[in-house]
Amino acid sequence: MKAHVDHLVTMANDIAHFFAVESDRAKAADSVARHLKQFWDPRMRRRILAHLTAGGAGLEPLAAAGVRRLAELDHVTVA
Amino acid sequence: MLSIVEIDFGTPPLRTVEQVSLQIDGVSVRVPAGTSVLRAAALAGIRIPKLCATDMLEAFGSCRLCLVEITGKKGYPASCTTPVEDGMRVATQSRKLADLRRGVMELYISDHPLDCLTCPANGHCELQDMAGVVGLREVRYGYDGANHVYPEMKIEEPGQEWPVRDSGDPGRSHGRPANPLFAARDESNPYFTFDPSKCIVCSRCVRACEEVQGTFALTIQGRGFESKVAASQDQSFLDSECVSCGACVQACPTATLSEKSLIAHGQAEHSITTTCAYCGVGCSFRAEMQGEQIVRMVPNKDGHANHGHSCVKGRFAIGYATHPERITKPMLRAKISDPWRIVSWDEAITHVASEFRRLQATYGRDSIGGITSSRCTNEETYLVQKLVRAAFGNNNTDTCARVCHSPTGYGLKSTLGESAGTQDFDSIESTDVMLVIGANPTDAHPVFASAMKRRLRAGARLIVVDPRRIDLVRSAHVQADYHLKLRPGTNVAVLNTLAHVIVSEGLVDEAFVAARCESDAFEQWRAFVADPRHSPEAMQAETGVPAELVRGAARLYASGGNAAIYYGLGVTEHSQGSTAVMAIANLAMATGNIGREGVGVNPLRGQNNVQGSCDMGSFPHEFPGYRHVGDDAVRTQFERAWGVPLLAEPGLRIPNMFEAALDGEFKGLYIEGEDIVQSDPNTRHVTAALSAMECVVVQDLFLCETAKYAHVFLPGSSFLEKDGTFTNAERRISPVRKVMQPPGGHADWEITQLIANAMGYPMHYRHPSEIMDEIAALTPTFAGVSFARIDRLGSIQWPCNEQHPEGTPVMHVDTFVRGKGRFLRTEYVPTSERVNGKHPLLLTTGRILSQYNVGAQTRRTANSIWHAEDVLEIHPHDAEERGIADGDWVGVESRAGDTVLHARVSERMQPGVVYTTFHFPESGANVITTENSDWATNCPEYKVTAVQVTRVTQPSEWQQRHETFSRRQRALVDDDAYIQPG
Ligand code: SF4
Ligand code: SF4
Ligand code: SF4
Ligand code: FES
Repeated sequence: MKAHVDHLVTMANDIAHFFAVESDRAKAADSVARHLKQFWDPRMRRRILAHLTAGGAGLEPLAAAGVRRLAELDHVTVA
Repeated sequence: MLSIVEIDFGTPPLRTVEQVSLQIDGVSVRVPAGTSVLRAAALAGIRIPKLCATDMLEAFGSCRLCLVEITGKKGYPASCTTPVEDGMRVATQSRKLADLRRGVMELYISDHPLDCLTCPANGHCELQDMAGVVGLREVRYGYDGANHVYPEMKIEEPGQEWPVRDSGDPGRSHGRPANPLFAARDESNPYFTFDPSKCIVCSRCVRACEEVQGTFALTIQGRGFESKVAASQDQSFLDSECVSCGACVQACPTATLSEKSLIAHGQAEHSITTTCAYCGVGCSFRAEMQGEQIVRMVPNKDGHANHGHSCVKGRFAIGYATHPERITKPMLRAKISDPWRIVSWDEAITHVASEFRRLQATYGRDSIGGITSSRCTNEETYLVQKLVRAAFGNNNTDTCARVCHSPTGYGLKSTLGESAGTQDFDSIESTDVMLVIGANPTDAHPVFASAMKRRLRAGARLIVVDPRRIDLVRSAHVQADYHLKLRPGTNVAVLNTLAHVIVSEGLVDEAFVAARCESDAFEQWRAFVADPRHSPEAMQAETGVPAELVRGAARLYASGGNAAIYYGLGVTEHSQGSTAVMAIANLAMATGNIGREGVGVNPLRGQNNVQGSCDMGSFPHEFPGYRHVGDDAVRTQFERAWGVPLLAEPGLRIPNMFEAALDGEFKGLYIEGEDIVQSDPNTRHVTAALSAMECVVVQDLFLCETAKYAHVFLPGSSFLEKDGTFTNAERRISPVRKVMQPPGGHADWEITQLIANAMGYPMHYRHPSEIMDEIAALTPTFAGVSFARIDRLGSIQWPCNEQHPEGTPVMHVDTFVRGKGRFLRTEYVPTSERVNGKHPLLLTTGRILSQYNVGAQTRRTANSIWHAEDVLEIHPHDAEERGIADGDWVGVESRAGDTVLHARVSERMQPGVVYTTFHFPESGANVITTENSDWATNCPEYKVTAVQVTRVTQPSEWQQRHETFSRRQRALVDDDAYIQPG
């Protein structure tokens, strides 16, 4: 795990800010996850997933929920 | 001088449907009602003599050369100002008409030099032609009296005889009294001269500046024989308001206004139609040639985007192609501190292929990638993404649209269903209200700005949303109804307040929304924007826009008739760029302003081929035609066509490539025509990333900033040296045609093909038309496109397919591309880039008319006379507070870095906001911009950076290092690598 995960965390939070307007949290998290799946290359996704496993420091709640949902879409197990 | 190949019909065409029939010289003619007799005759192949009329301008009726006889009408009406009537019988020739015309010509010629043989217009001078046509054989008046031709008077006094001079050379004096009517040649403009001695005061130039360009820089001063053409307040052209568009030069029937290139080279002998390689207007040009020498560029009257108009860049700024700094030999080096070694194409290509394969073997398949520029043709960008996907075997392909309009793609696709503007440019002729947001058309899209101004002069209303007072807010005969001078970074907030007014004041087009849009999404959106927190009053403190202005603008937009939104990078280059695009689409849908002429959502694209490079699958997550790589059906189709398995996962975007490089996972990059070091934000971050790579391949015309960090240089070709197509902001695919050989030996698509073959992936295109055929076969929206069809139609707006074989000017007519339009809720999220005690000002960036983007082309032309450096515009209040005077050196510091520029104290800015352009590398504008980016697409937030500005005495440390580094890098290039003169 290298330095640039911070930047990925910021990006994930930014994405979550857009979808936060959806009051149904599960839907919002799913939208975040689908955005990540659609636009992030697998390396970036692996890194943010690993970061979540490692505690997910800096990820805001909806972003974290989105990454957790991404784990399901990517068939990855996160802690 | 008009084009050498176009026919001048005398007056402009009309759009009227009703036709009338008449007889001209016994020939039956049928033309649209309202057409002039002059044009009707020309359409029938009958040429009536004329001087003051040309079909680029409305008729004026001043020269009286186009007189005709009309049965049943008295006198000799001017055919240019006389409209046809049903059953009219016109005679264009008679003895009386011949006498009258000869008389007119005699007067003109008596005040005109007779140096035809040495005149630059010789062969294409309309005055000369008319003298011939009317059979002028003698001039009875002589040159003894008042004239504009000679610098000195010819005065006969008893006992003293001076020889009559035969040329108006102002440099020689014969000791006679000066001629008060004579004016010397004005050579101040770098591209054209004004020689008043040849002027016939037809006022075509004045009218071109008004009607075509809309600048109103020229006037006719004085009356009668004293009258003359003057620029602004009788200034030189360079000092006047003239923006050097060249419309007057084109309109001038004599050599009075002539291109300097025409004077230098003489008349062209052939003409090739091609497309401007600068901005997203995509003007069509006729390159008028002598062999491989361009004599001049003349905007194409039949060009669908520009209708015969151009700006200073496209018409004049083409000299870069043969600039002495052009590199024409392939070069290699192991480290960037090594001198470049000139090598053969074979060696260069073999090296690139083996390095890329080595990197993939060592660091993994995904450790390399490719980037194209929006200056490349469609065929070239298509080929590079194919190289990446098929030969590299990954999806690490991106284009510079990433840093400009990627949010447009995302925002419009999510709402309307297609990643493109909805209209053609001509649609503006039916527009009643223009909403211009985050765009500065008079500088960045000048020819379209002229069309906008024409429509505004005809009565359309204008709303401008921009932190700066752009020229459109107030210019000759144009005045915005509303200027919402918002704080940078608050676009979404302002758009939400506009929506709030529309929803809360009952201005929604309910019928349109009910019929055309998803109702659940709309209701959610309606409730969202109706929330009082989105009211203009509530947001006023945040946006800086007075609530009543927002209310007025919203009412005008929603109820002023056909309303069209035009937007630019001031919308997209923000952390909420994509959200703002969606908010724009929401407004258009809510008011029913979409799906017909005169309305719509129109992104004004920065570079000529931004639309095209996106269409061509340059983004890492989608194939040509905006289809996700994860779509199995689409991917299978491409796998079959390309003969290799393809990845279903998105690749790295440009900023992600940099991050991966700094992480040691991304090692090789093929860059075609893009100068990422200068154009991408946070320069230090970019150069650190490039320095972490092992094989950076730059294919370019010059040793650009990025090439200074490269290991391989491949000499690319300019738009003049290859065939292909560009797609402009209105989805118009236009031809780019080779007018000269590439001095490096290969067109860019050929170089990509060589790399693919050397890497073991076969490509065997013989011509770019074959690449387009492949694109058409694989992309439904391009299905009907081919070079042959483009040549036949002139240009094609995609979608072009079985239903729309000739293309689609207006999209989403009966249904949206995605079926029902989708409203999206656009919460305003303030950017994290906020002013604070340390960085109390907001910096925003933009462009200027004469320069183009990183300036690689325009800086290498005489355009720099208008803009020789980037300056920092600052409001007088902020300047005074810091003790800054106009012209001072000022340091601009952000959290990313600092640079030094000259200050320009200007009221265009609002207090608290400073502005600069980014055309010169040494300005280091992107040293200060940060890594913040659009949440959806990573498009950088160029438009908002918190900075402090202070008076300083010397360039910044970065600038000093950059200067030393650049000097050293230039010294590493062998002189033989540069283009050879001749
Ligand atoms: S400069 Fe040319 S176009 Fe203008 S008035 Fe003189 S002759 Fe006519
Ligand atoms: S070059 Fe263009 S702006 Fe300048 S005077 Fe001529 S028409 Fe007007
Ligand atoms: S730069 Fe733009 S407006 Fe100017 S000639 Fe080229 S395409 Fe037209
Ligand atoms: S051309 Fe008709 S009056 Fe000049």
